[in-house]
Amino acid sequence: MALEDSHVRRAAHLARLGVSDDQARGFVDDLNRILEMVDQLQSLDTEGVAPLAHPLDATQRLRADEVTESSQRDTFQHSAPAVENGLYLVPRVVE
Amino acid sequence: MMQWETVIGLEVHVQLATRSKIFSGASTAFGAEPNTQACAVDLGLPGVLPVLNEAAVSMAVQFGLAVHAQIPEVSVFDRKNYFYPDLPKGYQTSQMYHPIVGPGEVEVSLEDGSTKSIRIHHAHLEEDAGKSLHEDFHGMTGIDLNRAGTPLLEIVSEPDMRNAKEAAAFLKAIYSIVTYLGISDGNMAEGSMRCDVNVSVRPQGQASLGTRAEVKNVNSFRFVERAIAFEVERQIELIEDGGRVVQETRLYDPERDETRSMRTKEEANDYRYFPCPDLLPVVLDQAYVEHLRGQLPELPADKRARFERELGLSAYDAGVLSASRDMAEYFEEVKNECGDAKQAANWVQGELSGALNRENLLITQSPVSARQLGQLVGRVMDDTISGKAAKQVFQALWNGQGNSADDVIEAQGLKQVTDSGAIEAMIDQVIADSPAQVAQYCDAEPEKRGKMIGYFVGQVMKASRGTANPQQVNGLLKEKLDALL
Repeated sequence: MALEDSHVRRAAHLARLGVSDDQARGFVDDLNRILEMVDQLQSLDTEGVAPLAHPLDATQRLRADEVTESSQRDTFQHSAPAVENGLYLVPRVVE
Repeated sequence: MMQWETVIGLEVHVQLATRSKIFSGASTAFGAEPNTQACAVDLGLPGVLPVLNEAAVSMAVQFGLAVHAQIPEVSVFDRKNYFYPDLPKGYQTSQMYHPIVGPGEVEVSLEDGSTKSIRIHHAHLEEDAGKSLHEDFHGMTGIDLNRAGTPLLEIVSEPDMRNAKEAAAFLKAIYSIVTYLGISDGNMAEGSMRCDVNVSVRPQGQASLGTRAEVKNVNSFRFVERAIAFEVERQIELIEDGGRVVQETRLYDPERDETRSMRTKEEANDYRYFPCPDLLPVVLDQAYVEHLRGQLPELPADKRARFERELGLSAYDAGVLSASRDMAEYFEEVKNECGDAKQAANWVQGELSGALNRENLLITQSPVSARQLGQLVGRVMDDTISGKAAKQVFQALWNGQGNSADDVIEAQGLKQVTDSGAIEAMIDQVIADSPAQVAQYCDAEPEKRGKMIGYFVGQVMKASRGTANPQQVNGLLKEKLDALL
């Protein structure tokens, strides 16, 4: 399927990205070339092949349920743009 | 008039009672200062890697075994991508395609004493998000990430419930199971258990499902029933007025007792699920699963059945006493101490539950221990004290006056008088003090005397300060009064 301008705008909206008209046109071309490559992959017969969840042939190791971290709030909040009473402040998300 | 059928499915999020988070070593303790329990992994700082908590896996599997579910050998974590400030990584680590718990079923007990089997579609592990505080911080929103990364088990039912009562019963059954297993405190008020409800209606007899609405923020057993009742009425009215139900997410507002549209599917986010490259597939070998199966406690449905079968309790009593593990353990200790299941059941559901409700205490916070109550019940059964005196002893133990029922009985002189000589002396005194009532008794029609004897029983009981055995008083009084006729 070929992408159109409107698809790119919608994806940009969902990703909260500001995209200019010029940029959007460029992305449509780039993304369509990527999709062509995917179409090529999709022409392969994968009948009976289990989907790959991870490229490594290994299984997840588990850790014991122990508290190993202590508070580093001051360090982390040092690089935050706005904090108050120990909270991170962000632009208001509900009206 | 069209007959409508309601179809309900539930998604229950249960916070697992691990000490540390699902993918990091930060504490999950409730009530800490904001952001003091949010480490680099929980904050999604560059370069960090998650490592899965064994206890979260074990708890999820225990739940699966308790609902007779298949436990797949392999489960996989996926990323659910969405944008919100209390989710700093930009995705929630969850399980979309290969959950840790496969299809199972839960038996729920309904109010009429019958049971119904509700199928579980699956249950999966995921991480909780942080909390957004929308109070005014100079027009900004405050974010506390302490809860980010707390392990959740999301339990998804099949659309097997047909009314609000069944949905509430299912939620109660889940509560019982997770508290019996000790994998969650199940506290809905503190958000340890949260519920989303999928509701649709269809004409009676129609096989295909109607369009459903998902109702969020249904966070008590009572709200589940009320939210469903509202939603069913709204959908039926809408259709009967010629409209159609749209697939959407609605929010339940307990204050107004209504549901409101949050977002429709047209605007819904595409979560772009894909396998999380930071986590490898989780492989559970059979020995591990069987080891956990061997450690399962007696579960609520089994306990309820045993209470009915072996202890002879009614279906209602067995249901109430097995609803939480703490309640069941307390009851069983009282029963073992006094040796009588029915008396133990009456006291635990009567005097004790009444006192706990009045002071808003959990059974684990009861000032009267199960052992103390069991001894007290035993003393009523062996006629050491009267039922009336027993309530006095219970109150004294509740107030911390005395270590045991025997101590209180001794200290307050409540031992029942069964010595007939002493009772007769009290009766003689009462008869001597009440000439008018005696005369009335003698003049009355024989069939009315039975009622009139109550006055004399009361006087004797009063004279004995409640320690005389009432049956004995009754018998002796009748003999003595009838001798005067």
